[in-house]
Amino acid sequence: MPRAKAAHRELGPAALLALRVLLLVAIFFLWYGLVTLRFLPAFFFGRPFVVLERVGQWFASGKIYPHLGVTLIETVLAFAAGTLLGVAAGLWLGLRAMASALLEPYIKAANAMPRVILAPIFAVWFGLGIASKVALGVTLVFFIVFFNVYQGVREVSPTVLASVRMLGASPRQLVRYVYLPSATSWVFSSLHTSVGMAFVGAVVGEYLGSAAGVGYLILQAEGSFDIDTVFAGILVLTGFALLLDYVVTVIERRLLVWMPRAGRRE
Amino acid sequence: MSSTEVEAVLSLDRVTVAWPAPRKGESEYVAVEDVSLEVGRGEFLSVVGPTGCGKSTLLNVAAGLLAPSAGSVLVSGERLQGINRRAGYLFQGEALMPWRSARENVEAGLLFAGVAPRAARERAEAWLARVGLSRFGDSYPHQLSGGMRKRVALAQTLVLEPRILLMDEPFSALDVQTRQLMENELLELWSSDRRSVVFITHDLEEAIALSDRVVLLSAGPRTRPIGDFRIDLPRPRDVAEIRASPRFSELHVHIWRALRAEVLRAYAQSEGRA
Ligand SMILES: Nc1ncnc2c1ncn2[C@@H]1O[C@H](COP(=O)(O)OP(=O)(O)O)[C@@H](O)[C@H]1O
Ligand SMILES: [Mg+2]
Repeated sequence: MPRAKAAHRELGPAALLALRVLLLVAIFFLWYGLVTLRFLPAFFFGRPFVVLERVGQWFASGKIYPHLGVTLIETVLAFAAGTLLGVAAGLWLGLRAMASALLEPYIKAANAMPRVILAPIFAVWFGLGIASKVALGVTLVFFIVFFNVYQGVREVSPTVLASVRMLGASPRQLVRYVYLPSATSWVFSSLHTSVGMAFVGAVVGEYLGSAAGVGYLILQAEGSFDIDTVFAGILVLTGFALLLDYVVTVIERRLLVWMPRAGRRE
Repeated sequence: MSSTEVEAVLSLDRVTVAWPAPRKGESEYVAVEDVSLEVGRGEFLSVVGPTGCGKSTLLNVAAGLLAPSAGSVLVSGERLQGINRRAGYLFQGEALMPWRSARENVEAGLLFAGVAPRAARERAEAWLARVGLSRFGDSYPHQLSGGMRKRVALAQTLVLEPRILLMDEPFSALDVQTRQLMENELLELWSSDRRSVVFITHDLEEAIALSDRVVLLSAGPRTRPIGDFRIDLPRPRDVAEIRASPRFSELHVHIWRALRAEVLRAYAQSEGRA
């Protein structure tokens, strides 16, 4: 975000942070004002302080942790399985012109299909437990990773490839020393999106039918018209998504030291 | 002639490379035609020709990366099939694996050959030291300057002790000073073990300063050798000093006369195409 950087320089980091917090508080009080002055019906829009209180209670009583745990496990499993399958399929098809030509239209079709619609089918196949949510997440993650790896394999520098062949690499060593690392860098470039998608898969799956997870909490609250709890659930999900994204950033920094990054000091 | 045939470490025998027609209905593009070329044991051969004439194409044929449309390659008298295992290749562009540190890049070939990791590491360190980069073993290519990357690539190739060194305009992307440094380093490394070298360049002065023999190629299409000049300058050489010697100027004038006609012809052709 170059604009954010420019603002950073103009205002200084402390002032910018203060302004950002102020904006959040302002929105919160706007919401509060509109609801208490009855411009907005509390029944549909919730009461901000009750929402905050609900979130506080969840964490204080520890009631939220098992649900967060379930959502996290589903996200991690979906991400891991989707990435593994995506890398394997991307490498395989990227290296086999025949197979990729044969399968191309079907892959395009599968990717174009709105896969959230598969959730009820997965619920029938895998039950209401974790497995159906993971399956949904996998279908979302798989294609992102697959297309990136496929691209990565095809865009390996021909010079690097020729050079490594001249150094005596066997076809297997080519995969290990060139294709896989190149594909990995492309997987990482899509890491934020694919982790996000795994999370979406988990929550949407829960929301469409489950017995645990943050999505389930929201589903339950909605069933009893408890809009405050719905908002509280959304708030928790957002915070959790930000946390996940941060973890991804940290891991990325660790693993991609070899990549030139704009603005990094050497 | 049989004695020179035995001596030839690498020879191209009537090599032709034709690229398929770019569009339907057009004829195929014959880049090089009927090229025969020999490199003797320990000989430093430069191949000079205008840009686009087919120098890289010929080198790729010699490396076994490209199968010729006609003709064959002989390595120490044996017909080459597949990759040329006796040859090391220094590419024009960036050829290091960006995801491996300098040391890991130098090690790679040894690991491919089944050398034990510890021994490979030691030999890689030794070669990094020889090219003056012992402090940079842990750096990644993007953290090194262009000249340093070329040094790593040189170490990566030479650590395998290839009998033949193929170099495709290896220093053309470097600034003049770095380039002269690298040329002198190359000559020094070469003089210690005298491998056979095929050095591709479009720079005639560079070719004369480095080589034992310079072969000129005509402009494309249907490129072929049009001149073969022995360079009798004394060794060891310093590329900057040797350029100032009278014999260098003589050779340069002599060869340039032959080359100029081709450059003009290539130029006229590209004008005609545009
Ligand atoms: N893969 C290819 N397909 C078609 N034409 C090619 C290919 N590689 C090179 N050529 C053509 O062959 C000729 C020689 O190319 P090249 O060997 O790279 O020249 P040089 O190295 O002397 O600059 C050029 O006209 C180029 O356009
Ligand atoms: Mg070239």
